[in-house]
Amino acid sequence: MISKDTVKEIKILALHIRMETMKAIGNLGFGHIGGALSITDTIAALYGGAMKYDPKNPQWEQRDWLVCSKGHAGPAIYSALALKGFFPVEELLTLNKPGTNLPSHCDRNLTKGIDMTTGSLGQGASLAVGVALGHKLDGRDNFTYLILGDGEIQEGQVWEAVLFAAQKKLDHLITFVDYNKKQLDGYTKDINDVGDIKSKFEAFGWHGQEIDGSNVIEIIEAIENAKQHKDKPSVIVLHTIKGKGWAFAEQELFNHHMNISRDQMEEALTVLSAELEGLVKE
Amino acid sequence: MSTKLAQERITEAKEMRNVYCETLIELAAGNKNIVSLDADLMNSMGMVKFAHHYPERTFDVGIQEANMIGVAAGLSATGKIPFAHSFGPFATRRCFDQLFLSCGYARLNVRIIGSDPGVTAAFNGGTHMPFEDMGIVRNIPNVTILEPVDSTQLRDLLKQTENLYGVFYLRLLRKSAVKIYEDGSTFTIGKGVTLKEGKDVTLVASGIMVDDALKAAEELETKGISVRVVNIFTLKPIDRNLIIQCAEETGAIVTVENHNIINALGSAVAEVVVENMPVPMERVGVNDLFGEVGPQNYLKQRFGLTVENIVTKVNKVLSRKK
Ligand SMILES: Cc1ncc(C[n+]2csc(CCOP(=O)(O)OP(=O)(O)O)c2C)c(N)n1
Repeated sequence: MISKDTVKEIKILALHIRMETMKAIGNLGFGHIGGALSITDTIAALYGGAMKYDPKNPQWEQRDWLVCSKGHAGPAIYSALALKGFFPVEELLTLNKPGTNLPSHCDRNLTKGIDMTTGSLGQGASLAVGVALGHKLDGRDNFTYLILGDGEIQEGQVWEAVLFAAQKKLDHLITFVDYNKKQLDGYTKDINDVGDIKSKFEAFGWHGQEIDGSNVIEIIEAIENAKQHKDKPSVIVLHTIKGKGWAFAEQELFNHHMNISRDQMEEALTVLSAELEGLVKE
Repeated sequence: MSTKLAQERITEAKEMRNVYCETLIELAAGNKNIVSLDADLMNSMGMVKFAHHYPERTFDVGIQEANMIGVAAGLSATGKIPFAHSFGPFATRRCFDQLFLSCGYARLNVRIIGSDPGVTAAFNGGTHMPFEDMGIVRNIPNVTILEPVDSTQLRDLLKQTENLYGVFYLRLLRKSAVKIYEDGSTFTIGKGVTLKEGKDVTLVASGIMVDDALKAAEELETKGISVRVVNIFTLKPIDRNLIIQCAEETGAIVTVENHNIINALGSAVAEVVVENMPVPMERVGVNDLFGEVGPQNYLKQRFGLTVENIVTKVNKVLSRKK
């Protein structure tokens, strides 16, 4: 059982990540807000306890690795990294500015704590398989976490990686699919339906789970489950909401890349702070 | 070809993507074989209007560029004329073997549109910033590579491709271009355009750098240097005759491009020059670097895509000429 305190801590972290992400993107005036917010609860669960890492030593050998293949969710991860002490929180406001260490898509050479460079969708899947394979080869037992978008899994490369990971029995590879039902041009179902994602992975030889990806308890439990499972890589299909936590974005059909005015940012921050206050008091 | 220079080089009101969409709608009205494909960037490309007009001829395959190019090639084998779009890097790097074999080697009839050339990818950053797209595509035998500089040129070139056969790569700015040509100008694929006469040096420019090349030429004229400016909008097949003529008549050439100086305009012009009429040459462009994130103007400075740098290179090439 997970302690109530842990759950509360992770929920608080998720709210802070949402607020910092809103600030960074709001400060710029535009950005990939939808897909950053939909995966935030999972990122909070990872950095709030599930994952081994050391902010003072980002290259620590024993750490777990995170490959965010949907690299445009970078801002949410940068927020988590800053909140956990990898770099100052103020640096988040340099997002996409000239000379920044925080580009719109994840970059292992620029950002402390970012393990892999992504941005061309699909490629992170193979990278994560390679990383997991490398750890296994060296006899290390650290985990490799992979985050995929639901639109992203339309890329054939993803399924090549999925097939090969099962072949190599990479049971220390844990993959999340952010099933927020949308991609850039609209609903995934209307464009090129990815359907029952869990069954597809299972058919490729993976251990599958399907959960509410906005529910912190379910996320933590699913990760624990996945860690226990032997001989197969694990997928956790997350039912999520694109733009989660910013009401305006949640309602928009096209909420992949959005403009955000100062007023909208302030409004969203007010709502999130109120939620945070309520949670802290609980 | 009948070109007239714009009276005033101002930023056009209409974005290039909208001109692309409108022109394709117009072509599709007269030709039922025209089909449009995209890989989850139809909204970014402003192609929703096309989809409304021709839903049955619009194929948004989702995020799978290699499959899109293969499907486009298959469609063309049945007589369709596919126009397939993605961002430049994903329309080229991500699916090069499909471009090369399924389209090129199989001698099929496909138009590939790669948007957000070079630094115009700006806030999408290094992963999305193609400094290599034309260089990659140039390796396909018989391919035609076009980089329209403004909406007038884009409209005219798009219309011409309707009745041509082969593999075409169109490098397309999505945003508003600076107007270079007067409305109604027409162009010949494979022929460059002399925008300004001059006798000391020739600037050979394409895409967003044409405006900067003209600015640099104007600045250099005030210092008594006579600069010819040529717009090469067809990277392949390149206008050999015009380049040889410029080498002969001005004795020095500087290429100016929003691309890696390796494998695109700089290389193609150098190949023609050394084989036919060796003269000193310099290249303005991205000096074999990866892209990075930031506003377009910052990136232009960062990668030396500036009027100052063109002026510097002209002075250098002139000193070598002596
Ligand atoms: C190979 C590739 N093709 C296209 C893009 C442009 N692009 C960036 S994000 C995106 C949509 C992603 O949708 P999804 O995977 O569902 O992510 P989410 O909804 O979680 O943001 C597209 C098409 C890209 N980055 N890489």
